[in-house]
Amino acid sequence: MEAFTTHTGRAVPLRRSNVDTDQIIPAHWLKKVTRDGFEDGLFEAWRKDPEFVLNKPEYQGATVLVAGPDFGTGSSREHAVWALQNYGFKAVISSRFADIFRGNSLKNGLLTVVLEQDVVDRLWALVEADPTAEITVDLQERQVRAEGVTADFELDENSRWRLLNGLDDISITLQNEGDIATYEAGRPAFKPRTVQV
Amino acid sequence: MGRTLAEKVWDDHVVRHADGEPDLLFIDLHLLHEVTSPQAFDGLRKSGRQVRRLDLTIATEDHNTPTLDIDKPIADPVSRAQLETLRKNCADFGVRLHPLGDVEQGVVHVVGPQLGLTQPGTTVVCGDSHTSTHGAFGALAFGIGTSQVEHVLATQTLPMARPRTMAITVDGELPDGVTAKDLILAIIAKIGTGGGQGYVLEYRGSAIEKLSMEARMTICNMSIEAGARAGMIAPDETTFEYIEGRPHAPQGEDWDAAVAYWKTLRSDEDAVFDAEVVIDADSLSPFVTWGTNPGQGAPLSAQVPDPASYEDASERYAAEKALEYMGLTAGQPLRDIKVDTVFVGSCTNGRIEDLRAAAAIVEGRKVADGVRMLVVPGSARVGLQAVDEGLDTVFKQAGAEWRHAGCSMCLGMNPDQLAPGERSASTSNRNFEGRQGKGGRTHLVSPQVAAATAVLGHLASPADLSDADARTPAGV
Repeated sequence: MEAFTTHTGRAVPLRRSNVDTDQIIPAHWLKKVTRDGFEDGLFEAWRKDPEFVLNKPEYQGATVLVAGPDFGTGSSREHAVWALQNYGFKAVISSRFADIFRGNSLKNGLLTVVLEQDVVDRLWALVEADPTAEITVDLQERQVRAEGVTADFELDENSRWRLLNGLDDISITLQNEGDIATYEAGRPAFKPRTVQV
Repeated sequence: MGRTLAEKVWDDHVVRHADGEPDLLFIDLHLLHEVTSPQAFDGLRKSGRQVRRLDLTIATEDHNTPTLDIDKPIADPVSRAQLETLRKNCADFGVRLHPLGDVEQGVVHVVGPQLGLTQPGTTVVCGDSHTSTHGAFGALAFGIGTSQVEHVLATQTLPMARPRTMAITVDGELPDGVTAKDLILAIIAKIGTGGGQGYVLEYRGSAIEKLSMEARMTICNMSIEAGARAGMIAPDETTFEYIEGRPHAPQGEDWDAAVAYWKTLRSDEDAVFDAEVVIDADSLSPFVTWGTNPGQGAPLSAQVPDPASYEDASERYAAEKALEYMGLTAGQPLRDIKVDTVFVGSCTNGRIEDLRAAAAIVEGRKVADGVRMLVVPGSARVGLQAVDEGLDTVFKQAGAEWRHAGCSMCLGMNPDQLAPGERSASTSNRNFEGRQGKGGRTHLVSPQVAAATAVLGHLASPADLSDADARTPAGV
């Protein structure tokens, strides 16, 4: 996983709540068997509207997405995270994320930052008034900074450590091989098995 | 202090606990399908890793599979390539697979329970958000992303933060014609699409205890639409009876030991939930969605709401956008909404009981002119059972299309899709924009409402049908 320490970039204001993962990446894109090449599928239906915020020239090249509440609801498709990253986003800010989407994002180094809605409102106002305004998402300090806005955010220490160091979860887990083997040895015989091995 | 059902199952699966770290949880059952697994198998290959527990892993094909001409090569080359990738991955790594054409093929969340693999007190994961379905058995079951799929394949464990618990107590009795689907749609409308975020929901109370396993699965299935990590129902005699005798049910002494354990899987009297919601079953009526998320629903007898009635600005804007997308106007009675397509199927409502309920309503009646009704069994086995019971004939005589098993129009990854602007009444779980096809408009409904809607051509409940609708003699 790519490490995340701090990022500064321009931001896109996405004033919509309940942005589900079907909007982020429609199902027909899920037939791909790679982790890349999803950028053109990002918000595919909404991008057909020339007025959609991602189509506006002033927001080209932005790397921070500032979205409404309940971002990433619905399907567990990790393709939604890949699509955002493939497009160029490094961080997403919202007042509430769906659990599975958030878990997926943190496993891929896309930082999802939870801020109070009034802070999100101020960030929207800022980047709408001045699309060149930059937002800094600082994972070291767990802080978001922009002109007139300084807001701390929470992220559990373990997730932060993994992100800062770009650690591979599977390698960390396999360091506990002994614990897994001990647990397996103590499982009851009645537990279901899919095949006899 | 007592523990909740979720806490008991959680505690029984902790491989490793350390302060300041997520718990490492053991996974009893890992279900795979073609869409969310290819990149996970690729990851294993790149790291030179194997599947740790082939005996706790099973795969099937469901999202891409066509529901017609399943004996012919799949027309869409991209879908075909994805299915072939799953077949190669399962062959290379030794994973049990039920491919298209196999009698055990079907929607992964229908297949697990029908094989008896889904059992009380197990942890079940799948790269699919509707894994919450399996919670109906008192399993702790949640959807995961592809990185986690790879993690489980390699380690049979997942690092997870302990969730909070929410009791959803439903007392009383569901009135006639009111189903588990109506109940869960009403719950989501009440708590919202983010209301369950961070929680495992436990559905309990007298109305829940009376439900069949199929109905319980419908409820737990849609827990994710309330944003929950998982949904659970304590196992009881209904659960044990459903499992007994299934291919992977414990046998002999194992059965006795299992049942003894399963009986301990109830929230203790003094257990404390982090939140509680109470619903009065008697107050419910058939429920449908009008908007573009599953929380935007209302009783069928109501009108399309006026966005101006929402105090919260973001909800108001969401309602405005939804009405615009759905082509509806505020104040319009929901019953007046005409549909083009009716879809009966999916992991929410594609089990035998759902097909029986829909068939009982269309029997001796005709699907309205201009309406297409698609009936897609949740699994090949469900399809076979329906044929044994003559349900396929009932549907066909009514003018519905009887198809092969799969996810089908729930998400339209196969050719079963809505055309732009087309409107459906669907027994599936998501009414998101474009979910059933680009520009398609979805109303989520129960199988009973779906069937009545197919006959009348507009959103309707079975109570709206009269004998006059029975244009052909009943009983064949």
